[in-house]
Amino acid sequence: MKLAGLLPQRRQASSDASTSNGGLKYTALHEVHVSSGGKMVPFGGYSMPVQYSDLSVGDSHKWTREKASLFDVGHMVQHRLCGPGAAPLLEKITPSSTASLQTNHSTLSCFLHPLTGGIVDDTVITRLGPELFYLVTNAACKANDIAYLEEQIEFRDTSHGAVEWEVLNDWGLVALQGPLSAVILQRALVTAGVEDVDLKALYFGQCKHVTLNLFRKQSSEPDTPILISRAGYTGEDGFEISIPPALTIAFTTHLLECGGRERLRLAGLGARDSLRLEAGMCLYGHDLDDKTTPVEAGLSWIVHKDRRASGGFHGGETILRQLRPVNDGGSAPKHRRVGLIVEGAPAREGAEIVNPASPNSAEVVGRVTSGCPSPTLGKNIAMGYVKPPLHRAGTPMEVLVRGKRRKAEVVQMPFVKSRYWKPATGTSPS
Amino acid sequence: MNVHEKKYTEEHEWIELSEDGKTGTIGVSVYAAKSLGDVVFVELPALDAEVTAGDSMGAVESVKSASDILTPVSGKIIEANNVLEEKPGTINKSPEGEGWIARIQVKDGGELENLMSMDEYAKFTAE
Repeated sequence: MKLAGLLPQRRQASSDASTSNGGLKYTALHEVHVSSGGKMVPFGGYSMPVQYSDLSVGDSHKWTREKASLFDVGHMVQHRLCGPGAAPLLEKITPSSTASLQTNHSTLSCFLHPLTGGIVDDTVITRLGPELFYLVTNAACKANDIAYLEEQIEFRDTSHGAVEWEVLNDWGLVALQGPLSAVILQRALVTAGVEDVDLKALYFGQCKHVTLNLFRKQSSEPDTPILISRAGYTGEDGFEISIPPALTIAFTTHLLECGGRERLRLAGLGARDSLRLEAGMCLYGHDLDDKTTPVEAGLSWIVHKDRRASGGFHGGETILRQLRPVNDGGSAPKHRRVGLIVEGAPAREGAEIVNPASPNSAEVVGRVTSGCPSPTLGKNIAMGYVKPPLHRAGTPMEVLVRGKRRKAEVVQMPFVKSRYWKPATGTSPS
Repeated sequence: MNVHEKKYTEEHEWIELSEDGKTGTIGVSVYAAKSLGDVVFVELPALDAEVTAGDSMGAVESVKSASDILTPVSGKIIEANNVLEEKPGTINKSPEGEGWIARIQVKDGGELENLMSMDEYAKFTAE
C-alpha cells in the first residue's frame, strides 16, 4: 500500500537544515508542531502538520466538533489593501459590494478573471476602515495571486486614486475552532490583561483589534494589536486570529495553556479537510479552479445583490447571464457543484459520476472533486460537478470507485449543520 | 531460511505461508495500520482473481486517504476476510492477526525470497 502523504517527510541524507526540507517554508509555529508530535507534510510550499501524534484524524475531527482545536493556518497569505483606490479595485476584481461591507465585517469573496469570470482564488475580505481592507488568500495560489494583483493594480482605473498593497509575510494566523472556542479565547484575553472585550458581542463575520497588555514588555512591537475574526473553515463557532510576528509563538502558546489539554488540542490539515467538507466549503485547486465561475461553483450568494444589476466586475457579463433565467436571456451553467452521499466505498477526488437514469447507462456526467468518510455522519460524503438539471437535491447518481459502481444521491450542503455565533433572531449586534 | 517466516513488502503488506507452503495469508503491517488511522472501509479482493506481485488487489480507506493493497506475490485469490466488510476497524485492532485481508494460492514460492524478514522490515520502517 502506498502511504505517501500520510507519513513524515522522508529525511534527506544531508544534515544541512536549510536543505533538508526540500525547499519548503516553515511557519512561525514550526517548532511548536514538531515538539507536539506533528506529522509534517508539504502543503502549498510549506511544511505543515497533517495531524499530531495524540489523535487520529477522525478523533481530531470529532474533538473539534465537541471541544476545540487550534489550527496553524500561517501558510495562508495575508494582505492589506489601503488608499482611496482600494474599494474600487475590489469592486472590479471581485463580485462583492464594498459599499455594503461595514468596518470590522468580513465576507467570502473571490478574485475573478476578466471576461471568463473564472475564479483566480477564493478569499475572505475584511473591511478595517473606510479605505483599509484585510484579505486572506490560499497558500497554494500565492504566486498566481501576487502576479494577478500586481497586474490588476497596475492596469486599474487610476482615477479613483492610489492603492497601497502589502503582503503580511511574517504574520502568524491561527484558527481556534469548536464549541469551546469562545470560552477559551475569552480566558486567554483576560489572562493577557484584556478586560474590556466581550466575545459574546462579536458575531460571526465580525472582527476586532485587540492589544494584549500582558505581552507588552516581551514584545518589540508592543502596540501592534492582534486581529480577532469570528470566522472559520469547519462550520463550528470559532475565531481566526492574525498575530504580529513577534507575538505569534507567545500568544499561540498562551492560547494552548489557557485551553488546557482536556479542552483544546492542536489539529492538522487532515481534520481541517474533513471538517470543511462536512461544512460544504470549497478547497481551491480541488472544488474550485480558474475555469469555474462562482455560479457554477454553487457560490452565487457571493455575487452581492447590489452588483447584479450593474455588473462592472471581471467576468460580470458571463456571471450575470448565468444568474438570469434561461427564458430571460440567461444561459444555464454547463456544470454545477453538488453534494453527494455515496453508499459503500468513499468516493475521492477524480472519481467519475455516472447518471443511472441515462439511456446510455455509462454516461459520465461529472467528477468528484473532494470526498471522504464523514466522521460526524458515518456516511461517505463528496462534492463534485454534474450537468444541470442533475444538480437538484434528491437526484440518484452513481459514482465509480475502483471500477465498481456505487449508489449516490445529490444532497443539499452543508452535510453537517453549521453552528456559527449569530445574534438571536429579532436582535441586532450592537 | 524458514519458508514459513512472515515476510514484509516495502509497501507495508505482510504475507505468511501455510504449513504446506501452497497458500499465503496477506494483510497490512502494524506500522501501516497506525499510519492510516481509523480504517472505515475495506475493498476486499475479488475471489478467483489472478494477480501478479505488485498488483492492486483491494484498498483500505481512512478519513484522510484511500490506500491500495498490493499483493506481495503472484497467484489466485481464494479467500477474503469478510469480517472486514462489517468491521473495518479490525485492521486497526489486529492488522497482523484477525485483520488479515485475503488468502492467496501462491504461484511461485520463490517470490517470497525478494521480501523482507520481520527484522529487516523493522529496520526499514525505523529509517
